[in-house]
Amino acid sequence: MMREKFIEELNKLNNELITMGSMCEDAINSAIMIIKEDEFSKELYDKVDALEDATDKKEKEIESLCLKLIFSQQPVASDLRFISAILKMISDLERIADQALDIADLSKEIDDFKLLRNTAIFEMAKLVTSMVKNSVDSFVRKDTQMAAEVSKMDNEVDKMFLKVKKETISMISDEDKEGEVIVDVLMMAKYLERIADHSTNIAEWVEFAIRG
Amino acid sequence: MKTCFSIKNLNLYYGEKQALKNINMEILENNVTAFIGPSGCGKSTFIRCLNRMNDLIEDCKVEGEVIKDGQNIYSSKQDIVDLRTRVGMVFQKPNPFPMSIYDNIAYGPRCQGLKDRKKLDEIVITSLKQVALYDEVADRLHESAMGLSGGQQQRLCIARCIAMSPEVILMDEPTSALDPISTSKIEDLVLELKKDYTIVIVTHNMQQAARISDYTAFFLLGEVIEMDKTDKIFSTPSDKRTENYITGRFG
Repeated sequence: MMREKFIEELNKLNNELITMGSMCEDAINSAIMIIKEDEFSKELYDKVDALEDATDKKEKEIESLCLKLIFSQQPVASDLRFISAILKMISDLERIADQALDIADLSKEIDDFKLLRNTAIFEMAKLVTSMVKNSVDSFVRKDTQMAAEVSKMDNEVDKMFLKVKKETISMISDEDKEGEVIVDVLMMAKYLERIADHSTNIAEWVEFAIRG
Repeated sequence: MKTCFSIKNLNLYYGEKQALKNINMEILENNVTAFIGPSGCGKSTFIRCLNRMNDLIEDCKVEGEVIKDGQNIYSSKQDIVDLRTRVGMVFQKPNPFPMSIYDNIAYGPRCQGLKDRKKLDEIVITSLKQVALYDEVADRLHESAMGLSGGQQQRLCIARCIAMSPEVILMDEPTSALDPISTSKIEDLVLELKKDYTIVIVTHNMQQAARISDYTAFFLLGEVIEMDKTDKIFSTPSDKRTENYITGRFG
């Protein structure tokens, strides 16, 4: 087998992407856990904040590794597609972690999380979390079928976002509820919807890496 | 895009050994077509079929057709001198004649009977300008070509080929003996020359094929495994063997 060192480096790149994907999953799960609790948890918030910071650093590390492989190994065909796909995926993963932190930031502004229980936001969060996980898993397993399913799930998330939007609009007419909090809930749903879009992008890059 | 060569069911044998197996290929005019593949795969043997250079090898037998301008170049009617005038060739190692720069280029036209000094001057200067060598050698045209650097010698050989006004330039690993700067100059030259000539190049440097060619053919064990647009070959090749070769998994 030729180019053993190169193949070793590609495996390392794959592992680094898995690590970054896990960090994003952890960030989004922790952000959702904050709003599932009865009270705001500073501990969980700090965890999301630290994970967001760590994904930024990981993105830079992976980017450097990709650029080094491009100039030193001049990859072509599937190797080139693999590296290009990773370069695009890490941008999406980095944005996912940002948006997980955005959700955590909004949670600071909400006094009573019970309000959220009247919406489809947790159902939406569950679906989005699995999209993030499956998009990265589909890359690791080189499974285009799994990637295609992630893209399909995005339509479901879009529908759920519209549902949350309707639910929040109906809350506005309820005089007991603060308008600002209701907008925050809608923003959370929007961040989840964006995370789903980034997961879909990742799934599309998986298809590109495998099929071209 | 017009076809320059149409190759049909080409088989080539060195004695008992079959070196090329049933090659079918279209080579387009004013394109750069690159042949890649591991050593001994038949790419140099094949490029030599295009101007019948293999005729010079004893025990070499060719079957099938190489059609150029509607005529099979392997037919008995083919004038081989005329064919090699129209299909010029540049080799791996620069091979200037041991004579002046001027005489190297004037050699071919003189052999064809051209004696007019003014016309010869014009051919020499135009050919040297076409290969971007004129400015470097303008003040020493009558000095020995052997004093030029390897890269300059190779460009001189290309100029010598151009002086015969060929339609096609065959290049068999033209930069493998050159340093990166000279290689880069030849590559730029190839891209410039394809406006006027059809270029077929054998290269071991896959990045070179990716940089300069329009079409790439991958040879393996005497067969063409895959031929397609270069962008396609180097991004999404159709055959697993091409993929494995260009990504360095074997070869």
